[in-house]
Amino acid sequence: MSEYKPQDGLMKPDRAVGIVGYGAYVPRYRLPASEVSKMWTNGTGGTPIVEKAVNGLDEDVITMSIEAARNAMLRAQINPQEIRAVWVGSESHPYAVKPSSTIVAEAIGAVPNTMAGDWEFACKAGTEAMQAAIGFVGSGMARYAFSIGMDTAQGRPGDALEYTAAAGGAAVLLGPGAESVAIINGSYSFVTDTPDFWRRAHAEYPSHGDRFTGEPAYFKHVSGAAEMLMESIGTKSGDYDWAVFHQPNAKFPERVAAQLGFSKEQIKPGLLSPRIGNTYSGSTMIGLTAILDIAKPGDRILMVSYGSGAGSDAFDIEVTDKLPEVQNLATTTEAYISRRTEINYATYTRYRDKLKLS
Amino acid sequence: MEVSRHWRLQEQRYKLVGETCDSCGVKLFPPRDVCLECKAPAYALYTFTGLGELYSFTTIYDAPAGFEHSAPYTVALVKLEEGPIVTAQLTDMDESELSIGMPLEMVTRKLRTDGDEGMIVYGYKFRPIFSQQVAN
Ligand SMILES: [Zn+2]
Repeated sequence: MSEYKPQDGLMKPDRAVGIVGYGAYVPRYRLPASEVSKMWTNGTGGTPIVEKAVNGLDEDVITMSIEAARNAMLRAQINPQEIRAVWVGSESHPYAVKPSSTIVAEAIGAVPNTMAGDWEFACKAGTEAMQAAIGFVGSGMARYAFSIGMDTAQGRPGDALEYTAAAGGAAVLLGPGAESVAIINGSYSFVTDTPDFWRRAHAEYPSHGDRFTGEPAYFKHVSGAAEMLMESIGTKSGDYDWAVFHQPNAKFPERVAAQLGFSKEQIKPGLLSPRIGNTYSGSTMIGLTAILDIAKPGDRILMVSYGSGAGSDAFDIEVTDKLPEVQNLATTTEAYISRRTEINYATYTRYRDKLKLS
Repeated sequence: MEVSRHWRLQEQRYKLVGETCDSCGVKLFPPRDVCLECKAPAYALYTFTGLGELYSFTTIYDAPAGFEHSAPYTVALVKLEEGPIVTAQLTDMDESELSIGMPLEMVTRKLRTDGDEGMIVYGYKFRPIFSQQVAN
């Protein structure tokens, strides 16, 4: 067997595929990290972010995906009957059995002549659905395919994750390159069996391997996918105008960006975790929508997700001259982030359903 | 809870699909197959824009079964821009910011949950206008 070359792992469809519509969603409630710290550490010790987004009592991954998908449809301006896949990636699907995706497909008018499916791979479920959608469109099996990354993340009360586990995400509609606001030049997927974080079938909260979540997990896979993608395409960090990495906190994406040679300016517009927290499956994709809201034709974007368990998907994305026409056709990511109603820990407990009413 | 009854109402609940009268053009919600104005048959489906205004509202503190988790909540009569008045919960708002005539938009939210093991019912609620497409 000949030696492996990065080009062998580059995923590039036969036909040009790109993003024809995109939309974000962030619920309006914010829990300041200082509230969590007051509750558990008497306010001592640092906090990993400023505040996180929390969903209201009547919101879940399905309702949030519907709003993000409707925003993507406002930008795409296509007939929903031409969508052949509605895929929702999440680790907080409301039902254990019964797809979120059929409800989303019904609400946007894509049923019945479409595929629908729920994807799961910790925080990278949305980007792997994107890669599958690229294949679906790139092969000619579908004209349009939806991939959504959305979560209402769970943190055990008092656990480190409670500061950051947040709600939000984004929807990306893939379609023919000629209709796209941004072309996908190629993508890369990089996975190994790494037990850094998990949740068993009937457990309410996830468990994690503490220190194990850094080097062998997040950093190895994010850099692995990013380096292999750039090597296979022949790019360097300086070739990109913007970069977005999965954001479990503020520190990890900043550190991995620096290691890969990206500046603070390159990651600034997509770095949302300080203000909304870690939206899990939504985290990388909503960073992308924030960048698309401000990007200009010709801009090049590197996007790298991370999912525990573990793996990363990296994408090379190039903005076309169609983007400015659609940027303001739906609510921007920044408008959702700026819409904020602060809540205290007691209200948060109620919203997260931690008080069990009998 | 009757699963089949909720399933039959999905079109109108998820997308505000009503009907339009062939002869006089009046829009109907919920669908009732007969025009309220001219009594002509009205079978053509019409998807409402989801835009409307606050007609009146009241806050429920003592919620019926299935809604205990969301009490207190506000129920409103919403006058859709096409004419019909619908009853719906308001969401994403504080009661202090409500005023009669204020513009509202439809969102899809959880309406109720049938205990820990039953189905989750989704449908329309309204919130003070926020979406960009309306501002444009
Ligand atoms: Zn009539």
